[in-house]
Amino acid sequence: MRPLPRTPGLSFKPEHFRDIMAAPSAVGFFEVHAENYMGEGGAAHAMLNALHADHALSIHGVGLSIGGAGALCRDHLARLRKLIDRYQPQSFSEHLAWSSHGAEWLNDLLPLPYTDETLATICTHIDHVQDVLGRRMLLENPATYVTFAASTWSETDFLTEITRRTGCGLLLDVNNVFVSATNHRFDARAYLAAFPLEAVGEIHLAGHDCEELPSGPLLIDTHGAQVANPVWTLYAEVLARTGPLPTLIEWDTDVPDFATLLAEARRAYSLLEHAAIGQPHAA
Amino acid sequence: MTIKTFALPLAASLATALTLAGGDANAQSNAMEKCFGISPAGQNDCAAGPGTSCAGSSTVDYQGNAWTLVAAGTCADIELPAMADGTARVGSLEELDRDLPPA
Amino acid sequence: MLPDSHSATERAFHAALRAADPPAGLTAPDPSEIALRFKVYRNNVQASLTRALAAAFPVTEQLVGAEFFAALARVFIATSPPRSPVLLHWGADFAAFLAQFPPVTHLPYLPDVARLEHLRGQATHAADAMPVAPDALRTDTPEALRLMLHPSVALFTAPMPAVQIWRAHQPDARRAPLTAGPDHALVARRPDFRVIIEPLDTDTHAVLTALRQGDTLGTAAHHGDPTPALTLLLRHELIIATGGPE
Repeated sequence: MRPLPRTPGLSFKPEHFRDIMAAPSAVGFFEVHAENYMGEGGAAHAMLNALHADHALSIHGVGLSIGGAGALCRDHLARLRKLIDRYQPQSFSEHLAWSSHGAEWLNDLLPLPYTDETLATICTHIDHVQDVLGRRMLLENPATYVTFAASTWSETDFLTEITRRTGCGLLLDVNNVFVSATNHRFDARAYLAAFPLEAVGEIHLAGHDCEELPSGPLLIDTHGAQVANPVWTLYAEVLARTGPLPTLIEWDTDVPDFATLLAEARRAYSLLEHAAIGQPHAA
Repeated sequence: MTIKTFALPLAASLATALTLAGGDANAQSNAMEKCFGISPAGQNDCAAGPGTSCAGSSTVDYQGNAWTLVAAGTCADIELPAMADGTARVGSLEELDRDLPPA
Repeated sequence: MLPDSHSATERAFHAALRAADPPAGLTAPDPSEIALRFKVYRNNVQASLTRALAAAFPVTEQLVGAEFFAALARVFIATSPPRSPVLLHWGADFAAFLAQFPPVTHLPYLPDVARLEHLRGQATHAADAMPVAPDALRTDTPEALRLMLHPSVALFTAPMPAVQIWRAHQPDARRAPLTAGPDHALVARRPDFRVIIEPLDTDTHAVLTALRQGDTLGTAAHHGDPTPALTLLLRHELIIATGGPE
């Protein structure tokens, strides 16, 4: 399986299909949420087929609830297996979060404490996913609004240990780092210094909203705006260490026209080019 | 309602249907192009449908009882005609009994 | 069970999503703000599910207004939360919920409109199948002809003018006075992926229902003139196989 190209990629939205087909070389890869393509047929699959004929594809799951306490849903794993067998995407990724409880689907990425117990559960879950899918997956660092008194691991150590135990890769969401760092008043650069960058197979960039709490800002990971300048700066700093990496611009709410997304992709492209010059062996 | 089937009217019916539909049949070529040409904004028949999102929102506070509300959409414009049995079924926005089922 | 175990933490967090207070065990730089921060999760769950429901039932939402719909969705989500991360199929019981929900009993057509919208959503994502060429219908024994219809085909019937109300809420629709129900419609997805909702008269609805369940054309014709039904099926390319006597 060829990896994702070390270029900008975009979230695929059906309303952009015509624009994408009209300029097929502008973007290196597209990413879709797995669960939107679990219907039997119809335009969704037809568009994804056409898209994947010309572009690398990343399938990004939001439904596995890998961070949940219970066993993974076998039906959902089977649906994922079917989808991945059908499209043979260049990458499959999921989240360090939980999103269902019992049989109830909550449709949000919820946080968890980082303990020896949750670590063991998550590693069991990732082993299970990688067994069923027959491939290595990437796990994404979350954006969070609260932390847990019970946590005994830092998030970066927790992620590092997960990659060590399961062999999975990581999806580094730089916006999530910035959002969490702002929300929990820690230094995003210190977090990134501790992040196991050698395991990163893809980067996410997205926009966020800002609210004011009495003690200071609370950033909300909305995926509904342009990438903020401090996030671009952190991204460039990461690339200086890693060289070019596949980089997705995520935009899921208040989706703008395709030209706006392309402008964001171009900004990522110029930083990726710069990183390639800085690290000629990385490409 | 007749039980007997007439072959000739059925054949004529088929022939008529084939003729009437003929102008539209064989339209499959360029199906994708056609599809995206006719999807009106905001009511996209080709949309993937309701999906999941990693996105967040803190702007809507759903705490508290919302049932001070009255349905205030286009239902206010709809006047139902009298039904076959003659009962008038005009939609009404009069004050309602708002006993809620247990949530 | 230890109070700080993974499953107990998840259970407490989940319970607090529908309660006034955040769960115990959370921390924040300023602990007095934990409730404000937890509210983001509580609102995300509600808002994202409400958006998903509104996307599947856009006319139902228009009929009652977005604010009312969001409040109504909150009760529905608590009563009938999705049981799968695949939200394409969620809402099969939304119409039944509306039918027994006191604040909308004065809108007797609302459950039928919701039922129609659910059928439309299911047609959108139904399995693919290639239509036959029209010539496949040429036969010397039309009375024995059986048609296999596209997997997206569904037949709708309602005592209320729900199809007319749905159509009046489409872009560019002309507002016309409603005629009394019952309303019937054919719901299906064409090969160009357009999902159609075609109003039907009572006879044509009965003919299509018979054809869809595998009756021969001869049997289906007992319900009325099959010409309009056949024309619709051919025009929208909804016949995927033909057969004769079994």
